Amino acid sequence: MADLFDVLSTAIKNEEPIALATIVRGEGSGAKLVVLANGSSQGTLGNESLDRVVIRDTIGELAAGTSGLRHYGRNGEARQDELDIFIESYAPPPQMLIFGAVDFTASLCRVAKVLGYRVTVCDARPVFATHQRFPAADEVVVDWPHRLLDKVGAGLGPRDAVCVLTHDPKFDVPAVLAALKTKVGYLGAMGSRRTTIDRNQRLLDEGASQEDLDRMMAPIGLDLGARTPEETAISICAEIIALRSGRVAPSLRDADGDIHRPG
Amino acid sequence: MREILKDLERWRSQGKQIAVARVVDVEGSGPRLPGAAMAVNEDGDVAGSVSGGCVEGAVVAEALQCIEDRSRKMVTFGYSDDDAFAVGLTCGGTIHLFLEPLDW
Repeated sequence: MADLFDVLSTAIKNEEPIALATIVRGEGSGAKLVVLANGSSQGTLGNESLDRVVIRDTIGELAAGTSGLRHYGRNGEARQDELDIFIESYAPPPQMLIFGAVDFTASLCRVAKVLGYRVTVCDARPVFATHQRFPAADEVVVDWPHRLLDKVGAGLGPRDAVCVLTHDPKFDVPAVLAALKTKVGYLGAMGSRRTTIDRNQRLLDEGASQEDLDRMMAPIGLDLGARTPEETAISICAEIIALRSGRVAPSLRDADGDIHRPG
Repeated sequence: MREILKDLERWRSQGKQIAVARVVDVEGSGPRLPGAAMAVNEDGDVAGSVSGGCVEGAVVAEALQCIEDRSRKMVTFGYSDDDAFAVGLTCGGTIHLFLEPLDW
């Protein structure tokens, strides 16, 4: 069993999706299986039929990026309760694409890194889109935002975020249009109320629907009274969390119910 | 274990005995999700956490026991605990932890 931890830690470091299934109650407690997204596995939970069922369920958990406890019979039978198996998914980190190499971008990079995002900064202007200006970013790309999205947009999903900070219609209208074609979970665009109204009209003129506009958070961020780039980055990331969890983000003092709600 | 991976690797390279506690199930209002992990080495050094700080002290004791007797076990902490565990979660939920030596 000596190698399973190394297999797991190497995959996590390389940002390859991997899951770990462990018997935590019942016969064989501690037995383990590591499973890759393609279904290949190492280790065993004790017998082939149990392994087969758990590998199948683990692939599902890994695709959804979820972790949880499942109950099985000794040979993987469903609706039995002889074994508790904890399936833990290590999905690659969520991605944040930030368009526009401005001061707000540097702060947003730092806060997004705290939240565990893989951060890409993209701007068409080589003078501004440099690693020196955005040391916290995982990647700095000199290109037009919509061209980057044409390349990587298909890989964006509900956990990911696109933040358009250019507030220049020349860049951000094509960027937003391209982002709307993806399955990205959060799409926000920076700008004043006037910039937002102007951009919305341009987007409608370019063929976006009202539904598309409703998907976009613009002006970007929660109404925290943020002024500095750092505060603005917090307000953007707080909005991403609130949107993901389906909350309206009032202060805890002014809300009821459990602080840690399930789901 | 993602958050404590560096500590685990460092301790392993130093040849330390390690126990890992993982949150495997949460009922009601719990501070950390399944997968949250905390590790303790033979010297009593700690990495990571499994709650908001409510039960970590008790987990260290359990983990050191795991290292000593090479055992694996489930441990439950809850608000209404009236069994052997004197500590509980102040947030009212129940968490189930799996503790084991890092021998795999």
